[in-house]
Amino acid sequence: MSAGRHERIKYLSYSDIEEITGYLGNFKVRVRQRARYVNEKECNACGECVKVCPVVVPDEHQFGLGVRKAIYMPFAQAVPSAYLIDMKSCLGNNPIACGKCKEVCEKKCVNYDDYDKFVEFEVGVVIVATGMDVYDPSGRRQNPKSQIQNLIEENPKSQILPQMRDPEESGTTYPGKEERGEMKDERGQRREERWERGEENEGEYGYGRYENVITSMEFEILTGPGYMTKGELLRATDRRVPKSIGFIQCVGSRAVKRGGNAYCSNICCMNTVKDTLYLKEHYPDMDAKVFYMDMRAFGKGFEDLYRRSQALGVKYIRGVPGDIEEDAETHNLVLTVEDTTSGKIERHNLEMVVLSVGVVPRIDGDGVQKLLSISTTGDGFYMEAHPKLFPVDAPTSGIYLAGCSEAPKDVKDSVTQASGAVGRAETILSQERVKIEAITAKVIPELCKSCGICENVCPFHAISVDRKNKKPAVIIEAVCKGCGTCAAECRFGAIEMSHFKDEYIIAMIDAMLEDKPNEKIVAFACNWCSYAGADTAGLSRIQYPPTARLIRTMCSGRVDEKFIWHAFKKGAPVVLLSGCHFADCHYINANRWAQRRVEGMW
Amino acid sequence: MQKQNMLPQSHQDTKVHKVKDNKDNGIRVGVFVCECGFNIAGTVDCDELTEWSRGLPGVVVSIKNKYTCAEPGQAEIRRYIKEEGLNRVVVASCTPRMHGATFRNCCEDAGLNAYLFEMANIREQCSWVHLGDKQGATDKAKDLVKMAVARVTLLEAQKELEVPVTKAALVIGGGIAGIQASLDLADAGYPVYLVEKEPSIGGIMAQLNKTYPTMD
Repeated sequence: MSAGRHERIKYLSYSDIEEITGYLGNFKVRVRQRARYVNEKECNACGECVKVCPVVVPDEHQFGLGVRKAIYMPFAQAVPSAYLIDMKSCLGNNPIACGKCKEVCEKKCVNYDDYDKFVEFEVGVVIVATGMDVYDPSGRRQNPKSQIQNLIEENPKSQILPQMRDPEESGTTYPGKEERGEMKDERGQRREERWERGEENEGEYGYGRYENVITSMEFEILTGPGYMTKGELLRATDRRVPKSIGFIQCVGSRAVKRGGNAYCSNICCMNTVKDTLYLKEHYPDMDAKVFYMDMRAFGKGFEDLYRRSQALGVKYIRGVPGDIEEDAETHNLVLTVEDTTSGKIERHNLEMVVLSVGVVPRIDGDGVQKLLSISTTGDGFYMEAHPKLFPVDAPTSGIYLAGCSEAPKDVKDSVTQASGAVGRAETILSQERVKIEAITAKVIPELCKSCGICENVCPFHAISVDRKNKKPAVIIEAVCKGCGTCAAECRFGAIEMSHFKDEYIIAMIDAMLEDKPNEKIVAFACNWCSYAGADTAGLSRIQYPPTARLIRTMCSGRVDEKFIWHAFKKGAPVVLLSGCHFADCHYINANRWAQRRVEGMW
Repeated sequence: MQKQNMLPQSHQDTKVHKVKDNKDNGIRVGVFVCECGFNIAGTVDCDELTEWSRGLPGVVVSIKNKYTCAEPGQAEIRRYIKEEGLNRVVVASCTPRMHGATFRNCCEDAGLNAYLFEMANIREQCSWVHLGDKQGATDKAKDLVKMAVARVTLLEAQKELEVPVTKAALVIGGGIAGIQASLDLADAGYPVYLVEKEPSIGGIMAQLNKTYPTMD
């Protein structure tokens, strides 16, 4: 943890970003440092407070496989090396109730009246390394919302793609399900019946019901030397080391039909190989089996590890178990699996089963996403500017991505990408001045009637209008991000977008529809999800009829209804206006204005 | 860059094209059609497209290259800007997300404002999505070039705002990626603010017992 000592790094742990404004080279940041109730600088981590604290709660760091006190340090090597109080479980300042830690602290670090502090600073670049969450097979928690779910939530009347809804959603206590009762599919109905019978709470492969089914993260805690079992892999039911163990791969990954995610989580195959090597090192006689779809040992040196694991006697069985049962007496587990290499149905009796769980995007990741207007790809991870040429740049200049925020990756790849992001960031930081794009809105004062609509719609508050004194609107160029919503909303033509003026767009429509207009689709595409999405279709060679021609604008908010009318007048049979998903607009909510405008057309 | 140097000269269309005079309004557009090897030429009839583009209003020269983004292709753009006084450039090739910056820089190098350049995306949004429909793809490519020419003709030069750079960085997230990024930035001499929502940095890796491939 050499990061703990670097003089140029300022740590703001236990902190949330409240606000980020500005642009490339000049971001203003406001951070809320949550109260720790223990003075982080003075605390010398003597641990006396923990000894006297009477409150014992499950430890989130150990996934509940251990306990901590209400005053605690997350783990032994924590940085900063200081205690904090979890106020939700602390008995508090009331001397009758407790106050023991305060009494015992010699350095007087404990302060029950501590409060959140705000820190403000300016930076030139932002590196987003918000990481990942681990797939939860318990069925308790919803997976992070997919784009589709977002869309449906935004627009409950939406009738689109009912088959793409999360089957979990339609049957459980998801709010508003009555309204959308007609959307329920058969599976959802069956689930609901099970729910009523009280059977719904079961996780995948009996996780949560059978205690000897654990996840790969819990495996780490059970084998970690610093935790409850002191590094011994013990079964929960009888506190002994299992004689046989099975790993089930792709839990939550490559598993659309099983209610999981479509993508490969990248790390789980090698993580299991690593786990088996660890087991063979510590418990050479343990019988280890791995049930897989495909083993993906694609990295440098990975194939060697895989072969070593096989050579040590770990059995790799190609087939994903269909069923798991527990022997009520021994609490052993019986897996039923079709070995796809032999085509036979086999039953395996195992004392412990590890679910090799996948990686999911940060469940609370949309906070940072909204602050920085980062888009996500369909899988929910943050979108890079270009999958090949700018894999660490976010589409917005001055923001770079590192680690699992962009896609599931292992330690080595995370470190590599982090250094890559720093390299990209230094192309900005090493300069005294940088150029920012010249696509901004400009007011034509003679035409402005000071009505204030532009001020209202600007997502970035870059426009101010003095309505009282009838002074024309003023735009702060450096704050304007160039979405063009104001230009489209202005009823008097008093705002023009440089590089995306009305006449440029009209000229493109005219050029497109000069001949055979009735055979063409005029498609307005925002620069981000829509134009980039059309590019992705090209990269994936998704074929479609050559009837549509795209007109790129920075944001769908730029598309004035007069462009649409113009296209119809010129004979276009269909006009498509495409913007980002509502939650993903690069200009906060400018696409909403586009939607409103179009809906107002008829 | 290596790929560009390896290109044999014969791949470049070296014959000199007739440059028209545009007497109307002083607008002189150059259209540069890219074959992108077979990526575009395999579906879009680039010869026909190039020929046809020459007839568009304002276009004084229209030529085709095997790879316009390669140095010989760029050199040709620069040469036509300088020698033939092009004041608008259209490159019909891939998406501007791929090579927009390449060509903008190329124009700037030859003294043409980067905002007087426009791309027609005839690869990602044409040849790659209409494989096997040569006629349809070629017709669409013509429209895309025509639209780009219509737009570029009207475009105005823009001056980019120069802003000072605050020499500090914000790193959001104190997992292994965030820590590595912070250390690298700090070692390079920049102040770093590392914001972590949990009480300690370390992220998920702090919960792992062993990590591959080093098994420690």
